[in-house]
Amino acid sequence: MFAEYTTSELLSIFAMQGVAGLILFSVFVLMALGLAIIFGQMGVINMAHGEFMILGAYVTYLTSELFSAYLPDYFSSYFILAMILAFIAAGLLGALVEWLMLRHLYQRPLDTLLATWGLSLILQQAYRTIFGAREVGVTLPDWLMGSYPLTDTIELPINGLFVMCLALGISLTVGILMYRSRWGTQVRAVVQNRPMAGAVGINTARVDRLTFALGCGIAGVAGSAFTMIGSTGPTSGQLYIVDTFLVVVFGGAASLLGTIASAFTISQAQSTMEFFLSGSMSKVLTLLFVVFILMLRPQGLFSLKVRR
Amino acid sequence: MTTTVRHTHQPKRWAKSLLGLAASLAFSATLQAEVNTTGLAVTDTTVKVGILHSVTGTMAISETGSVQAEMLAIEQINAMGGVLGRQIEYIQEDGASDWPTFAEKSKKLLVNDKVAAVFGCWTSASRKAVLPIFEQYNGMLYYPTFYEGLEQSPNVIYTGQEATQQIIAGIDWVVKNKGAKSFYLLGSDYIWPRTSNKIARKHIEKLGLSVVGEEYYPLGHTQFNSVINKIKLKKPDVIYAIVVGGSNVAFYKQLKAAGIDMTKEKPLVLTISVTEDEVLGIGGENMVGAYAAMKYFQSLPNDNNKAFVEAFKARWGKDTVIGDVTQAAYLGPWLWKAAVEKAGSFDIDKVRAASPGIELTTAPEGYVKIHPNHHLWSKTRIGHARADGQYDVVFETEQLIEPNPFPEGYQ
Repeated sequence: MFAEYTTSELLSIFAMQGVAGLILFSVFVLMALGLAIIFGQMGVINMAHGEFMILGAYVTYLTSELFSAYLPDYFSSYFILAMILAFIAAGLLGALVEWLMLRHLYQRPLDTLLATWGLSLILQQAYRTIFGAREVGVTLPDWLMGSYPLTDTIELPINGLFVMCLALGISLTVGILMYRSRWGTQVRAVVQNRPMAGAVGINTARVDRLTFALGCGIAGVAGSAFTMIGSTGPTSGQLYIVDTFLVVVFGGAASLLGTIASAFTISQAQSTMEFFLSGSMSKVLTLLFVVFILMLRPQGLFSLKVRR
Repeated sequence: MTTTVRHTHQPKRWAKSLLGLAASLAFSATLQAEVNTTGLAVTDTTVKVGILHSVTGTMAISETGSVQAEMLAIEQINAMGGVLGRQIEYIQEDGASDWPTFAEKSKKLLVNDKVAAVFGCWTSASRKAVLPIFEQYNGMLYYPTFYEGLEQSPNVIYTGQEATQQIIAGIDWVVKNKGAKSFYLLGSDYIWPRTSNKIARKHIEKLGLSVVGEEYYPLGHTQFNSVINKIKLKKPDVIYAIVVGGSNVAFYKQLKAAGIDMTKEKPLVLTISVTEDEVLGIGGENMVGAYAAMKYFQSLPNDNNKAFVEAFKARWGKDTVIGDVTQAAYLGPWLWKAAVEKAGSFDIDKVRAASPGIELTTAPEGYVKIHPNHHLWSKTRIGHARADGQYDVVFETEQLIEPNPFPEGYQ
């Protein structure tokens, strides 16, 4: 199938295909990190994860509207501020949800699934009421939307590079928070043995709230970044939720490293197959592959060795 | 959600002029019997119709415009004196983006409410879900969306274009005016894009030109980098895109980010799925330079359309945009009114018999006429996307195109 192309064409296509795979990887990591923290560390299946992402997207939309109306001179840099605001907004909503709803359900993990699914419906309808049923167009600063020509044929999409850097930055930050900070030690202690953690003086309720808020905040940042590559509408969150769960479950629920490894595996498999097969077929094969691996390793790629 | 809205009442002068109550009753009874022999919800002063679209769920994004257009048409008809002297009252039901709900609600409209006509449905799936109900209970559906064809029901009037009308004219135009020789067909993975691309492929091959790729992505797919790389490798003259919904936004944003500047037309992007409504979500700056083939654009310069756009914005806000389907939805109530008046009756069978040949010279798209196969004769236009989210109409077919829902040699 490659006979009709020159070597340099093939090389550049493979290079670009590699970049496409890396971008998909970064997108998966951004989507899944927030969920992995919540699911892995707290055992809460957050079905409203996509809606927290879209909250971030809407915050970005509002920020862009504000800047173009009042601060047009600074428009090119609004995106950074928008991401910070998205983190804060989604994090605050997360803390509120945890306080109002989830903390009453920690003993009933299956009920959190129903409750957060209900929450996702409520949020969707709230977005529809506030922002209208139609998708909104987020105007992006020009510097984010172009491509960077590496050679004549290889062009790197700048928004893709941006997503990659963001994914790297957030993963590192979360890693440091989890494994090098006092709060991280507390989270891991609570995961391993909740009553004991409480007994040694860790405020487990506070740890839970912060963990949930952090996970939601990261979802908000991801949603904000995805305005560059996707749509912003009341139900856009649903577009991401299946892939997100796929990545987290495949990686092993309690392991952040597993999430990253699984995001890498799935994204590379999918983008390679998309190149050789059609889109729908590659999706089918990816899902089959994941099902097969999960049959062999029900606990996911990486699992935490804890005595329960 | 059920809302019954009653519009301005105009007391009938003839009623007052009658001498006695008994006489009046007797007279109205015969009048009633003439225009309504099958027990529809028609009184001496009102007639009930249904509006059945999704106002919640995924499809609400698309269907809102259709609801607005149908309400506007009904209000305008009422202001002109209604249909056969009767004010139209509409009962709005929500299909909730769920096909069984559409079926259930259509049954409710036909059996309980006994509406004289229903304006509604958007996706082919919802139409297929209600079709057996409309045929069983003999209702009349005015369906606004451009769709894949391969259907012709005595109980449906299709006010949007069927696939051949939209596709063939568009491809002929890029071949003739842009010298296109090779095409890359791309679509979301369901019946409409697949059937449409089948027709497109047949036509392209008939012209002796080549299809260098044909691909489908699941609905809601958000990552198009791989296929964009493939397109870059194949270097087609035209990307023929039938991507829908949220995927649309992802596709055009990623196309731009990958360095494909659509204003350079190398490759040229031709779509049949992006109306002004969708551009709102994609952002005009990400769509500029693409071409769309459909029958209506908001920027059409004729007087009918200017009046329609003005009325629509006055009714629903100055920021609203009007896409192809919204205009087609607006035609529904007017076509129904014309058919009822021609038939002199609200009876479904008589309205159906009167429908073929009904013309509308006041249509925003110009002029339409109902074909015996229940689709509309219409022109097809090519729009060139501007940065502000509107299209410049760069071409329109000279003749009305005959609807051909079962194209021979294209299946």
